[in-house]
Amino acid sequence: MLTVLAVGPQVLVQDRGRIGYAHLGVPRAGALDAPAADLGNRLVGNDPDAAVLEILLGGLSVRAERACWVSVTGAASPVTVDGVAAAHGEAVRLRAGAVLALGRPVAGTRSYLAVGGGIDIAPVLGSRSTDTLAGIGPAPVAVGDRLPVGADSGVPAALDTPRPPLRGAIRVLPGPHREWFGADVLDRLAGAGWRVAAASNRVGLRLEGGTLARIAGELPSEGTVLGAVQVPPDGRPVVLLADHGSTGGYPVAGVVHADDLWQLAQARPGERVTLRALPPASG
Amino acid sequence: MSLPLRRYGERAALAEVDSAVQAAELAEWARVAARSGRLHVDEIVPAAATVLFDGVDVGRLRALLGGWRPRSATVAGAFVEVPVRFDGPDLADVARRWRVSEDEVVGRLTSYELMSAFCGFAPGFAYLAGLPEELAVPRLSSPREWVEPGSVGLAGSWCGIYPSASPGGWRIVGHTEMVLWDVDREPPALLAPGTRVVLRPC
Repeated sequence: MLTVLAVGPQVLVQDRGRIGYAHLGVPRAGALDAPAADLGNRLVGNDPDAAVLEILLGGLSVRAERACWVSVTGAASPVTVDGVAAAHGEAVRLRAGAVLALGRPVAGTRSYLAVGGGIDIAPVLGSRSTDTLAGIGPAPVAVGDRLPVGADSGVPAALDTPRPPLRGAIRVLPGPHREWFGADVLDRLAGAGWRVAAASNRVGLRLEGGTLARIAGELPSEGTVLGAVQVPPDGRPVVLLADHGSTGGYPVAGVVHADDLWQLAQARPGERVTLRALPPASG
Repeated sequence: MSLPLRRYGERAALAEVDSAVQAAELAEWARVAARSGRLHVDEIVPAAATVLFDGVDVGRLRALLGGWRPRSATVAGAFVEVPVRFDGPDLADVARRWRVSEDEVVGRLTSYELMSAFCGFAPGFAYLAGLPEELAVPRLSSPREWVEPGSVGLAGSWCGIYPSASPGGWRIVGHTEMVLWDVDREPPALLAPGTRVVLRPC
């Protein structure tokens, strides 16, 4: 059991998300920086589908009601245990009663707290994730919450922590609606100087600093995918993130490569986003 | 006949079909293929004129879809009768647009068997097909900020029922007490794609 003593702007329970319900209008949800959540689970010896806490811009403080292994990954928040600095990106042992606190990260936006045994709240439609669009799953974590933790799987095995992936240009694959934009749409996306807009959230990352010309009109509703670059009539692209609606009516200029989505999860408002066009996949 | 297939990034594709009803049929057909292990896919999402296949090997999907023909599958979904109190704020407006009395609007809306073609907008919000095109009405020019759960609305030739409170631009003709969305029910959506629906006045 973890008792929540303080929260920052947003703390959510997340796992790998809700698969198989998009046709009923259910967003997938799940950790926005999935590789960071995966790493955290591996560090404490969890299965990859264990639930973790996703912490936006630090500010979380929790008390361990029994001894447990934890790890903090993702955005490099300063970590303390009972006021003493502790490691980021490593398994850390908390004794019963210890208080773990996360400061504001110097770079990036989302940190992940994994705990041995996982956050063991009841799943809804096969997932413990909070979906912020439709409100499926647990409420956001609040002060005073007592979060159940699953059975510890013992002392975690030593783990060769991979070097953090290098940040770089975000690769974009062709989308399904080239005729709405013209054949050179990916090159135009890649050639513009985009910045992250302040209105970005788990539903979508909004790009500003330019517009992408498209023909006017309305698209009949159709299914949408994670990473789709939707372009509303105002020409300002929105990259769909984990809590996006399962259908949409805006044409899609391209799709962000799945391996690069974590960078968008960590991008701060005002930061530059450089896109790179990828040729169509075969098949 | 090969179905037009649009690539949607690396692991997804949109199959283009003629209508929402055909999309529901193709989705049902593909779901049977997935259940029998002939298709590995995370999501099959029918919509107005497409079916999205997400988390799929697009080459294999293309090969499988070569075996599909229109009416390969008939959607034999559950049948649900929805009791509706026809007292919505836009009932009079719809009557004017249809040039009939309010009673006649109710008479027409309850005379068609509708089909849930797809869900979208919100969990369990079903787009119900089956109203004739000449009864199409435009969305409200300015959406309401709050539509109460169970509100029965019209937009284009679609009929829809709001499962939860939300903003909304559909013209509201009535209200039902039925629970459209319940995560503790399987399936959680009362009107999952393929469900046949009749509105009944109450």
